[in-house]
Amino acid sequence: MQAFEYAKPATLKEAFGLLGAQWGEADLLAGGTDLLSLMKDYIHKPKRVVSLTGVKELKGIKSSSDGLHIGAMVTLEELLGNAQVRKEYLSLVQAARGVTSPQIRAMGTVGGDLCQRPRCWYFRNGFGLLAREGDGKELVPNGENRYHAILGNSGPAKFVSASSLGPALIALGAKLTIASGSGNRNVDADKFFLTPNDPASREVDLKPNEILTEIVVPPAAGTKNATYEVRQKEALDWPLATASVALKTSGSTVSSAKVVLGHVAPTPWNSAEAAQALVGKPLNESTAKAAAEAALAGATPLSQNRYKIQLAKVAVKRALLAAAGKA
Amino acid sequence: MSKIDSEDHGKKHPGKKGFSRRSFLQGIGISGGAVASLPKGLLAEPQAESGARVMGPGPVPVSLRINGKVHNLNIEPRVTLLDALRNHLDLTGAKKVCDRSVCGTCTVIVAGHPVYACGLLAIEAQGKDIQTIEGLLSTHGKAHPVPTAFVENDAQQCGFCTPGFVMAVKAFLDKHPNPTMEQVKQGLGGNLCRCGTYIGVRQAALDAAREMRGGKRA
Ligand SMILES: Cc1cc2nc3c(=O)[nH]c(=O)nc-3n(C[C@H](O)[C@H](O)[C@H](O)COP(=O)(O)OP(=O)(O)OC[C@H]3O[C@@H](n4cnc5c(N)ncnc54)[C@H](O)[C@@H]3O)c2cc1C
Repeated sequence: MQAFEYAKPATLKEAFGLLGAQWGEADLLAGGTDLLSLMKDYIHKPKRVVSLTGVKELKGIKSSSDGLHIGAMVTLEELLGNAQVRKEYLSLVQAARGVTSPQIRAMGTVGGDLCQRPRCWYFRNGFGLLAREGDGKELVPNGENRYHAILGNSGPAKFVSASSLGPALIALGAKLTIASGSGNRNVDADKFFLTPNDPASREVDLKPNEILTEIVVPPAAGTKNATYEVRQKEALDWPLATASVALKTSGSTVSSAKVVLGHVAPTPWNSAEAAQALVGKPLNESTAKAAAEAALAGATPLSQNRYKIQLAKVAVKRALLAAAGKA
Repeated sequence: MSKIDSEDHGKKHPGKKGFSRRSFLQGIGISGGAVASLPKGLLAEPQAESGARVMGPGPVPVSLRINGKVHNLNIEPRVTLLDALRNHLDLTGAKKVCDRSVCGTCTVIVAGHPVYACGLLAIEAQGKDIQTIEGLLSTHGKAHPVPTAFVENDAQQCGFCTPGFVMAVKAFLDKHPNPTMEQVKQGLGGNLCRCGTYIGVRQAALDAAREMRGGKRA
């Protein structure tokens, strides 16, 4: 890891004054579970590391009339320990539990989970987000792509978004607060994740001098929600495919639905097709299956990852049945 | 800059009085060059309203409370807790394997939580109680029930993952004194064993739990 200057501001205001105008100048440190590894591999080489661990404004979970306000520095373990989260947002609980290491859950934060960099091994080995060789040749299409994207991969980005909380928060309609020295802005969780088209762009809507401060999850108000993960092993790994769903029902039919897949595309994949397949219908095994088919109908697998289509379909079907209490 | 520079060489020899291979290497000062060649101010001065002090990149004072004892070090901000323990304090129980927060061999307990010492900067562990495996082995010559249960269950083969597992079990039992086998399994989800000693480790956790609750071992 390259040497760096370190600062631990006590307030957001102090923190803004320490950030750089360009990526690569300063990096924000939350739990460090991702950032330290990136720095050890020389993927991130910040000149300054600004620790957020002393900033009180970023801590704690508060309930208010517009929903649950989750500070960006709340750890995954603290999220799981919150009574309201456990009662109303099953999909968040299941997504956070899917980070199967107690150590990562004790250190890693909600903000860090959303901002973690992709796990694409070309990216992690220094070939950039778009995984290109010096001459511009794309490495993923003819390379080791078994864990790469099966949806949203028609452009140069083939990695998958690594966040499991992202899909759950999108399905629940969460909003993120992003702050900088010149004020706050709110971004729908759905708009926060981006698919980069050029090597200099990032995969989330953040500028080098901005800090994600808070995640606001609207009141569940009877929304049935769940996350289902398909994974290779139980311990210490990211899932192969996930689905987070949120449903409203009137009588026995679905009145609105959100179906968001994780780990299958460069961003969490909000499937309007799956939602459309459900609205106005009762939720049962066959409608859940139809929604899963609809979600994956447009899949464009790479040479080694066709298997992920079936896994993603299973994730959608089982998440829907779990949300409806039929799993 | 070479990859080994994460070891940080601009340091003093804290704690240890005796002479070891490590203190010898420290003594001959393998570098210092890495630090000396860095420009002084890496970034523009923090803006006036920012009251936070910028430290490093060279060595800065870092004080760590480990197993109840305070250690004062002079290390670069980039030194991880794991490197501080192993390379600066000769507390080599926590092992360095992946060094990327994905294996668990460096597990220690910080402020009551199990953490990967490789994923935490030493400077960030200041002011918190740090427990390492050394603290479990030396209390009045009698080992803690967790390592004892590991021995009795033959819960290791090559033994490299063992200190991390012992600390993960300790942290887990501190919060779950009466766990089921399924809870133990999930509670140890952050540690890998390549030899496959999971069955023995999980049984050791259940036995240690019983012992710690004051019960008899089976
Ligand atoms: C073995 C292993 C398994 C894992 N499995 C899963 C999994 O199944 N699902 C899953 O979702 N995740 C998984 N993770 C990822 C883990 O959840 C993240 O590493 C963690 O949540 C990151 O949080 P952190 O606080 O440690 O972030 P850090 O490592 O401190 O930061 C990560 C990145 O986010 C930026 N950042 C952090 N906070 C902010 C903020 N408030 N504003 C702006 N930028 C910020 C940092 O600058 C950095 O670039 C796994 C990690 C490991 C090591």
